[in-house]
Amino acid sequence: MTEATPQLAWPKLAWKGVTKRFEDRTVLDGLDLSVAPGKSLVIIGGSGQGKSVTIKTALGLMRPDAGRIELDGKDTVNISEHARRKLFSRVGVLFQGAALFDSLTIWENVAFRLINADGVPRKEAKDRAIEALEQVRLAPAVADRFPSELSGGMQKRAGLARAVVAQPEILFFDEPTTGLDPITAAAINELISDQVRRLGSTAVSITHDLASAQTIGDEIAMLHDGKIIWRGPAAELRMTDNAYVSQFVKGRAEGPIAHAV
Amino acid sequence: MTAAEAARQVAKHPIQARNPIQVLGRSALSAVRMVGGVGVFAVRGTIAALSPPWFFNQLLRQFVAIGFFSLPVVGLTAIFTGAALALNIYTGGGRFNAEQVMPQIVALGITRELGPVLAALMLAGRVSAAIAAEIGAMRATEQIDAMRTLSTDPFRYLVGPRLLAGVLMLPLLTVVADTIGVSGGWLVATRVLDFSSAVYIRNTVDFLQGWDILSGLIKAAVFGFIVALMGCYHGYNAKGGARGVGRATTHAVVSSAILIFASDYLLTTFFTHAAK
Ligand SMILES: Nc1ncnc2c1ncn2[C@@H]1O[C@H](COP(=O)(O)OP(=O)(O)OP(=O)(O)O)[C@@H](O)[C@H]1O
Ligand SMILES: [Mg+2]
Repeated sequence: MTEATPQLAWPKLAWKGVTKRFEDRTVLDGLDLSVAPGKSLVIIGGSGQGKSVTIKTALGLMRPDAGRIELDGKDTVNISEHARRKLFSRVGVLFQGAALFDSLTIWENVAFRLINADGVPRKEAKDRAIEALEQVRLAPAVADRFPSELSGGMQKRAGLARAVVAQPEILFFDEPTTGLDPITAAAINELISDQVRRLGSTAVSITHDLASAQTIGDEIAMLHDGKIIWRGPAAELRMTDNAYVSQFVKGRAEGPIAHAV
Repeated sequence: MTAAEAARQVAKHPIQARNPIQVLGRSALSAVRMVGGVGVFAVRGTIAALSPPWFFNQLLRQFVAIGFFSLPVVGLTAIFTGAALALNIYTGGGRFNAEQVMPQIVALGITRELGPVLAALMLAGRVSAAIAAEIGAMRATEQIDAMRTLSTDPFRYLVGPRLLAGVLMLPLLTVVADTIGVSGGWLVATRVLDFSSAVYIRNTVDFLQGWDILSGLIKAAVFGFIVALMGCYHGYNAKGGARGVGRATTHAVVSSAILIFASDYLLTTFFTHAAK
């Protein structure tokens, strides 16, 4: 009938009433969340509130107990392994613990998708891996080392390089700047913004660093008790009168957020 | 362990169970679930091993890890077992004047039974445990999840190559174990007992039939599959961090050992009937 306005266009990715339980504990309780194409969404929230689980349900690494997850309007929960593998070719993920393969060198980690899924020749894959490592401020000398020989922050950055190396459409970053010094953190923020603004990727990030949240996020959503209790433009984070958000932003012990799990 | 102890053990876990019948029912159920799980895993693994894309680097790595680096343990086990077997059969056979057929019996025992079984047990300890620990640690640190998000099927990258290497390497190791085991018997016979070397070798070679060796190698291929499968299955399904990895390792070794003995008996029965 009427033409859809850009705002009403399909979101790139949407969680619709997603519920996830572990034994008798409900972690996500009918979560509704979406991110528009080419936008960057940041999820904030207390430790143990289910931020990582939110990302894992979207990736199909955890199956929700109820609800739908849609990518470009299509359900991604009940799809074949083959379809999921194809879906993954458009996705880049940084895991909270970096999750580097410890039997492979750093460059082989970064180039893993290129070599094993995309059939890029090793020489070319290595060049591209080193380029991606430079973007996360890791020297080319690091390329031939093994993950266990790197510091935690360096591993995190190598994980980030692995997520962006194939320039995917959708990026998931689980705490990309945790454990980094301010200068490196700023460089990582810039890299993430660059991926979204210049390459048009859609990004979903988790962070505890509110300054970083405001730098990399177009929108910020706060997860609490399994639901999104606040969501708005990044600039409004510090101005909202939502009691949860302001307690979180100001880091007060007193407020509606009781001592967390 | 008594039923009460078992009940207490189960009661410690979050899922409560109150009486021995419940305990029994629960373990029976979980056993059925596990057999089903292993079956599905084995089929998925086999398909991954036999259809492209193949990761040749991984395959080569596993050939070396499973085959080459098991040579010393398998060789040492075989030589001592062959030597001890020869002594035992010689002295035992002496009771009814059958010392002279000792070489034949040693050869038969090694090729049909001890070569494949001992090589498989050494592999269960060495390889099954190592596979379970490696894959279990990858599970615990989300490396398996990460691999999937990198559009690479962990069954093809991790499980398939290990299964193939198990099936192909254990028969080769068994050939080595057979050779070294028989040599162990020969050493004892010629150095400790007063057999002539030429007679020992002629008796062995004339007596052995192709089937003695071949049936041992078929067993070995099955055992190799079991060892790799148990390592992969328990590692892949490891839960609960470092403790879970430890548990997976133990389960892999114990379950491969039991399955090796059970399938050894079944295969031997089958071969005996088939030979008739
Ligand atoms: N595989 C699992 N099995 C059981 N419980 C789990 C599992 N994964 C997560 N949980 C539980 O779900 C809850 C949410 O976990 P999640 O990792 O999403 O937290 P988070 O918001 O990312 O926290 P943090 O900021 O500390 O990383 C936690 O209470 C955790 O114990
Ligand atoms: Mg988390």
